[in-house]
Amino acid sequence: MILHPAVLALIVASALTGFMVLYACWYGARILLQWEIRSGSERQLGLERRTYLISTLLCFAFAVQILSLFLYVYTADRLHGLFSGAMCAAGTLNVNRYGYPVLVLKAVTFLLAGVWLIVNHADTRGYDYPLIRIKYALLLLIAPLVLTDGILEYRYFAGLRADVITSCCGSLFSRDRAGVAGDLAALPSGPMEWLFFAGMIATAACGIRFNRTGSGGYLFSVVGTLAFFIAVASLISFICLYYYDLPTHHCPFCILQKEYGSIGYALYATLFGGGVAGMGTGALMPFRNRGTMAAVIPPLQRRLVVATLVFYLLFTLMVCCRMLLSPLRLG
Amino acid sequence: MIELLRVTKSFHPGKSNQFTALQDVSLTVEPARVTALKGPSGSGKTTLLTLIGCMARPTSGRILLRGAGIRGIPAGAGNGEVEITGLPERFLTGIRRETFGFIFQHFNLVKGITVLENVMLPAYPTGERCGAVSQRAMELLALFNVARHAASRVDRLSGGEAQRVAIARSLINRPSIIVADEPTAHLDTRLSREFMQIVRSLKAEGKTILVASHDPIVYDSPFVDSVVEMRDGRILGGGATP
Amino acid sequence: MNRTVERHRNILDFALSSLLRRKGKNLSLWVVYTIVVFLIAAIVFYTHALKREAALVLQGAPDMVVQKMVAGRQDLVPVAYAGKIAALRGVSSVRPRCWGYYFDPISGANYTLVASESPSPAPGAVDIGSGVARVLRVGRGDLLPIRSSSGAPMLLTVRKVLPCVSELVAADLIVMSEGDLRDLFRIPRDLATDLAVTVANSDELATLAVKISQRFPDSRPILKSEILRTYDSIFDWRGGMMVVVLAVAVLSFVIFAWDKATGLSAEERKEIGILKSVGWETGDVLLLKFWEGAVISLSAFLCGVVLAYFQVFFLSASLFEPALKGWAVLYPRFRLVPEVDPYQLVVLFFLTVVPYTIATIVPSWRAATVDPDAAMRS
Repeated sequence: MILHPAVLALIVASALTGFMVLYACWYGARILLQWEIRSGSERQLGLERRTYLISTLLCFAFAVQILSLFLYVYTADRLHGLFSGAMCAAGTLNVNRYGYPVLVLKAVTFLLAGVWLIVNHADTRGYDYPLIRIKYALLLLIAPLVLTDGILEYRYFAGLRADVITSCCGSLFSRDRAGVAGDLAALPSGPMEWLFFAGMIATAACGIRFNRTGSGGYLFSVVGTLAFFIAVASLISFICLYYYDLPTHHCPFCILQKEYGSIGYALYATLFGGGVAGMGTGALMPFRNRGTMAAVIPPLQRRLVVATLVFYLLFTLMVCCRMLLSPLRLG
Repeated sequence: MIELLRVTKSFHPGKSNQFTALQDVSLTVEPARVTALKGPSGSGKTTLLTLIGCMARPTSGRILLRGAGIRGIPAGAGNGEVEITGLPERFLTGIRRETFGFIFQHFNLVKGITVLENVMLPAYPTGERCGAVSQRAMELLALFNVARHAASRVDRLSGGEAQRVAIARSLINRPSIIVADEPTAHLDTRLSREFMQIVRSLKAEGKTILVASHDPIVYDSPFVDSVVEMRDGRILGGGATP
Repeated sequence: MNRTVERHRNILDFALSSLLRRKGKNLSLWVVYTIVVFLIAAIVFYTHALKREAALVLQGAPDMVVQKMVAGRQDLVPVAYAGKIAALRGVSSVRPRCWGYYFDPISGANYTLVASESPSPAPGAVDIGSGVARVLRVGRGDLLPIRSSSGAPMLLTVRKVLPCVSELVAADLIVMSEGDLRDLFRIPRDLATDLAVTVANSDELATLAVKISQRFPDSRPILKSEILRTYDSIFDWRGGMMVVVLAVAVLSFVIFAWDKATGLSAEERKEIGILKSVGWETGDVLLLKFWEGAVISLSAFLCGVVLAYFQVFFLSASLFEPALKGWAVLYPRFRLVPEVDPYQLVVLFFLTVVPYTIATIVPSWRAATVDPDAAMRS
């Protein structure tokens, strides 16, 4: 175990989030079982008041979770000096088998938590709590992920030993390595560029159509989500290369370093922001005509669509600028 | 218009200390009128006001608000009628803030802040621009002749001045219904009569006023359109008009 | 959109005024908060600064140093090894180095004595670090008495006081000619303290180290990267230990904050009742409490960090020096190069603001769910 202050901070943060989520789940489960909106009983009143507490707790828990995703990557990046062979976060995360699963879990919980907050926001706008059961069912789904994340994160840090020889981005994200990372890196850059821009344009087209005509919400959400994953793959496959000006360096973490102006944070923030808003739009679709939600969800969805498009636009602009400015030209 | 249908309110139901504050109360409050609730303390007047004022929910029965123009809640039955009985606290608060103004027995001004801030308090969560609110607050303070105290702390006010500040506060969000609970309990006769004059002017502006009081100056006043007498959580005589 | 912003502004305004109204209660919380932030920030800054100093120390160090071991202890290395190592493929140069430590009984401090080749002081002359100059109160042209291993005193003239980029690097240095150093410690001509090896391609360092230890089984090659890593983990570990110890402080602070937040005075409870009765919603009161907490947190955080910054970089961390520096009582006064990066601030934020905020959620919620009709029933 490495007693770096940041490691302690992360462990403390995930212990606290885990605790908050568990607490929220306990009352979430009670709400699922005992909720009677028509009743004026004190129990119902008590539960209604609990919903404020749960929303607040989860807002904080998810905010901490989002911050800790970045802190986690940043810490991994900082610790690379302790491990032979590690030159950035890629190597540090590879020190033991928990590093990458934790990263993936954090990203997934980030997306789900974002969707949860969107659903929660819609639900509180309706006076009959129309989404309350769905909301807490979703919470019960997210909670195990958050807890697993915390436990694995602990095991990851507990298993860190300095001097471990690890393989870093150069070998991990090289074309001829088997495995997901290698596969992503091996995606041919030419077609990927086309696919990336096609995905972004399709998302924009679907979004504009949805906001104009109100139809094609599911389509927008699916295309937006696909565009998110395409963008992640593109990041490894070709976007990074332009930032590094190297035709073979596929590492998705080095762009977070100061040498590259920490541009990675802006890229990831816009990408994840757009992804969450796009997925949230889709998550609200089934309820858009349900009772009071008919007046709440459509305007909210329109705003989410705008948010998705703005985030993706910023991301694409950053990518385009770099592609034009970089001396590197990929075949 | 406010309509109560067979409203009952019990506290701690199903426990040994169960207590029924209101039993089977039906009542109609006409708009732009002054209605007085009369009765000894403990007769359920305050509970009735809290139910009408969206501060609490009845145990059973229904409460309907008509023509109140409430945002975010679809009105039923074409005549702009809203049932507030089953609404969650969040929406009750919204209605309370927009539709009702409250004048309390103890004035309930927040100590340590200025008169002006106290008057503006109910408007803070509405997100209205601070400048607009404070201008309106100053106008109200001027209307009630307490504008010179605007910057002083409420602790320094006399009873009558505190009362008028409290009235100004109840009007800041331009409510259509004013609810007053024992407004004259801490005022002498002259100030009590002065209060009734204010009530008259509010009525002239078209506000619905609901006053609970056991002070004859209030319920015998010529400006009161109807007196509802209460005892032991029930209405006696059912909303008789004098 | 505008309404949301205005609502936040209005409620923030009110939060500020209600914080000021309860000065006594909030001030004590704020002071404790600031102290906790200060303590942890000082540790984090200090560890970071020390790591940086260590990196600076090692900046000029050779890629690899070869020592000789006798019975598990370091011994003088034969200069003859140098030629053999230089013959290995990939080695660009090998330089025998002479240096040692000298304990001065008068000042009670240890100095590092180094023989320099270029530009070497003439025999009988020395260059000294600023720390040495300060402790022994000598300056340019003064005489520096040193007791040699034979017991005879040596008088050396101070040629200059070394300018320093980083005090840690040069403070305890005494640079002299190789001849003087050999005389002082009685090191034979054919032996040296260690060998500094430079390598053309740094990727081959590890392979070369293996080769050297095979060719000379009694030698111990040490890589610069290894030293750096050891320093890093030692400092991180020390910093981490201190943070763990301070976790107790954080914990008690959190309990204190919880207690403060839970123990609402009758006055406050009444005030929240009034707010709710005039149309504040539970969410609005929660927002009020959030802003109150945010104002306290951010101001205490800022204040604690600034204090820690001064304490570490201008007052030389006099509070933690013994615990964290731990390698010698060498430097009566040394200043660290001020440097703070956003990463440390984020870590600090996680260690202090996050636990505080979470501890106050439940009490705030309790306060916010006062019945709105409570004001009617007082």
